[in-house]
Amino acid sequence: MTAQTSATAPKLVAYEDAVRRYDPVLGIEVHVELGTLTKMFCAAEVAYGGEPNTQVTPVSLGLPGALPVVNGKAVEYAIRIGLALNCSISENCRFARKNYFYPDVPKNFQTSQYDEPIAFDGWIDIELDDGEVFRVEIERAHMEEDAGKNTHVGGLTGRIQGAEYSLVDYNRAGIPLVEIVTRPIEGAGERAPEVARAYVQTLRDIFRSLDVSEARMERGNVRADVNLSLRPTPESPLGTRTETKNVNSFRSIERSVRYEVSRQAGVLDAGHTVIQETRHFHEEDGTTSSGRVKSDAEDYRYFPEPDLVPVAPSREWVEEIRATLPEMPVARRRRLQTDWGYADAEMRDVVNAGAIDLIEATVAAGTSAAGARKWWMGELARRAKQDEIMLEDLVVTPAQIAQLQGLVESGRINDKIARQVLEGVLAGEGDPEAVVVSRDLEIVSDDGPLLAAIDDALAAQPDIVEKVRGGNQGPVGAIIGAVMKATKGQADAKRVRELVLDRIGS
Amino acid sequence: MTQDITRLSAADLASALRNKDVTSVEATQAHLDRIAAVDGDLHAFLHVSSEEALATAAEVDAKRAAGDELHPLAGVPIAVKDVVVTKGLPTTAGSKILEGWIPPYDATLVERIKAAGLPILGKTNMDEFAMGSSTEHSAYGNTKNPWDLDRIPGGSGGGSAAAVAGFEAPLAIGTDTGGSIRQPGAVTGTVGVKPTYGGVSRYGLIAMASSLDQAGPVSRSVLDAALLHELIGGHDPHDSTSINEPVPGVVAAAQQGAKGDLKGLRVGVVKELSGEGYQAGVSARFDESLDQLRSLGAEIVEVSCPSFGYALDAYYLIMPAEASSNLAKFDGMRFGLRVEPTDGPVTAERVMGATRGAGFGDEVKRRVILGTYALSAGYYDAYYGSAQKVRTLIQRDFAAAFEQADVLVSPTAPTTAFKFGEKLDDPLAMYLNDIATIPANLAGVPGMSLPNGLSDDGLPVGFQILAPAKADDRLYRVGAALEAALESRWGGPILNQAPELKTTELAR
Repeated sequence: MTAQTSATAPKLVAYEDAVRRYDPVLGIEVHVELGTLTKMFCAAEVAYGGEPNTQVTPVSLGLPGALPVVNGKAVEYAIRIGLALNCSISENCRFARKNYFYPDVPKNFQTSQYDEPIAFDGWIDIELDDGEVFRVEIERAHMEEDAGKNTHVGGLTGRIQGAEYSLVDYNRAGIPLVEIVTRPIEGAGERAPEVARAYVQTLRDIFRSLDVSEARMERGNVRADVNLSLRPTPESPLGTRTETKNVNSFRSIERSVRYEVSRQAGVLDAGHTVIQETRHFHEEDGTTSSGRVKSDAEDYRYFPEPDLVPVAPSREWVEEIRATLPEMPVARRRRLQTDWGYADAEMRDVVNAGAIDLIEATVAAGTSAAGARKWWMGELARRAKQDEIMLEDLVVTPAQIAQLQGLVESGRINDKIARQVLEGVLAGEGDPEAVVVSRDLEIVSDDGPLLAAIDDALAAQPDIVEKVRGGNQGPVGAIIGAVMKATKGQADAKRVRELVLDRIGS
Repeated sequence: MTQDITRLSAADLASALRNKDVTSVEATQAHLDRIAAVDGDLHAFLHVSSEEALATAAEVDAKRAAGDELHPLAGVPIAVKDVVVTKGLPTTAGSKILEGWIPPYDATLVERIKAAGLPILGKTNMDEFAMGSSTEHSAYGNTKNPWDLDRIPGGSGGGSAAAVAGFEAPLAIGTDTGGSIRQPGAVTGTVGVKPTYGGVSRYGLIAMASSLDQAGPVSRSVLDAALLHELIGGHDPHDSTSINEPVPGVVAAAQQGAKGDLKGLRVGVVKELSGEGYQAGVSARFDESLDQLRSLGAEIVEVSCPSFGYALDAYYLIMPAEASSNLAKFDGMRFGLRVEPTDGPVTAERVMGATRGAGFGDEVKRRVILGTYALSAGYYDAYYGSAQKVRTLIQRDFAAAFEQADVLVSPTAPTTAFKFGEKLDDPLAMYLNDIATIPANLAGVPGMSLPNGLSDDGLPVGFQILAPAKADDRLYRVGAALEAALESRWGGPILNQAPELKTTELAR
């Protein structure tokens, strides 16, 4: 009787094959929990990990008679996000009620924004792994409140099916959220999984740089719903989409998109139609499974929230907020690349290595951009890789690297010695200056001890001295090498050569 | 005191308390005794909070004895409609679905009442969730009209009106979404005021229709209403729709009006709120009062508000739409009644269904279904959207009318109190009772009903005054002037003409 349900799932199509024959189109909804002190519509505290149902008021419990009041800080944060996403900010917008019955929604409606979002018509540039910049258009960013949290007890794997009973914690109910909705993301092609991941990653970076949220994926501060549809060619009309809910790590976003591309290609190849539905992603095996069927006819009976007056941010206020916005990550990278004169490939490596802040600080401490890159992307990158840690977790500061490079540039040590100095710094022996002193590594510049060492070397190899005197300067390196060895590399090789030739010639 | 304390107006009782002619404990006990004596018949109260009321009274008496500064109404008892949440006192909104629920917080207006030291006598009966014009839709039985126990006391605030008319309380709190303060006032011979929308905080009123609901005073005199209005009115940061301005000087306006001079005042008679459908006695008393106002110096002009003809239609879309959403929270999950389905699985959805099926009465279900339908995709524009447009037209009608007149007047209700059951099976006939009161709610303007004598059937009729938003003081000026003139003609308040209620012997 339910023959149209996809009980017999068509075969998955290999990803590479799927994207050769179908054009994927993404649409991403990201919810971010704002880091306000209190909830969206009441004074209940917002804090992670409290005892269940302790961070509540009559408002966030939906008690009879309680009324909402808009949190001004949440509006400010929403505007910050909107501006950072190059959106227009509404001059007058209302909240709306989204009506549906579910126990984690205390009023049985969610106070949200419907046709009047606070921010709309924006865009954001994201940078892919190879440095390519991809523009994602933002349809809207609107304010709403979070739901409570259901815990199903007694069933398998915490799911509602088979549970004996369920508990509801309303601590999360009413926490302010901003939901950011993209326009259909077209043109990503085979890079759709990477685009989806990079987009959410960029948003996460933006939320943090705006200081509007801790934006911790693992705590659910940032949650992504990923819509995906396939069509035969980029010119074809949009296909039927599925919405994979609550994909909560960057890796999962990438995997879920890959999987949906393969799955939908299989459905289409088999001559079926994709069912418009929400799907759940499974971390264990990287698959998605059918949730509830979502038709456009689902009726939330939206209407303007009569308990709230419209939000009407003055233009002056919006401009004040705009003036305090920090530089966005992609813009900053572009500026730094220009300042530093790095090639595209160099800059990409720096970004991927997580070295951008470290290099910026090293340059700020007086080192040339090339010098800073030499250390962080060279010896230090090698050390980090060897120890399997992040660059930023090495026990060396940008100031110390700047000092180290300064010692090299002033000729007090050479590059080879500098690596030994770095060893000392990483071993916790103090700043480079201190290590040079304590390890006695300074280049010897007094000719006295050098001449003694040269005379010893000349006396030890009279045959070479003869050859050089005969006009063949080739073997002189052996003498220099012996001198360098005798001085433990602290001698200036150029000076040694001058002195050796001088000695032999006299 | 030689005089029966319960017959005093709130203002007179307040001055007796101030002069220490009587204590608040005595006054409170007198009202509790009166309730015990007559409420068996009237059933104005759903819950009587004797202990708490007497404790408050004793506290006020002690403070007064200690010479503390007190609110002018300190010690004057009050009754509160059961739609207003009261910390520690049962609050049902007249519904089975909230039976036994004890709110953990006070409505803002209750906080103000408590802070001012008014002993709360109890919670008054009402149509379930304030949906009705007769209090017959209460889940806890009918409240009777003190003028005739076979008749309705109006609704939804029949309990508050009957309590005040039956001398069980000098003051009461009502709420008015489409006339629930004013229409009961009219049919019980009492005063009721719906303030400007946003004039009194809605925080803690169990919402029916958020954009229409407004709490206000119920009393036996215009001055008493003003005293209570000033106490409960004013800005509340917990209610976003609350007006952030001082309360208009309504007490001063009532005192000025009582001097009887209305020279220069333009009174607009709304053409659309008279004539067909209005009982002859209602129209006759109304016309007489117009003459009275003229004799006090007012100029009577006729105004037309053509969109008022659609007010009832718009109201019966907007109100149920908002109510359907506001009442969604009553689902057995967090508070109040919880009913599990008798057969089949016990899922949250099925518990919600069973609870709402058992807990809501027919009128509530009717409006929830209407509202759900009106908000449905594909119908929204035709119903809710159109109704909002009508609302705008009504607001424009008011704006135009107030260009020509300082206040507008009409009969409060088209008829006197009808008999129980007479309109219970005919919702449309019941809804027509509110035809004159609903426009004020749709436009957010303030309205007052005050006693306007008796119709040919010997039952009270009401005179309605409407003023522009935030000009509530005009209601009181005109109301007090008319009240003074009428009472001097009647030889005292109209309630003096009400039949004595049968009292039951007190057990104590």
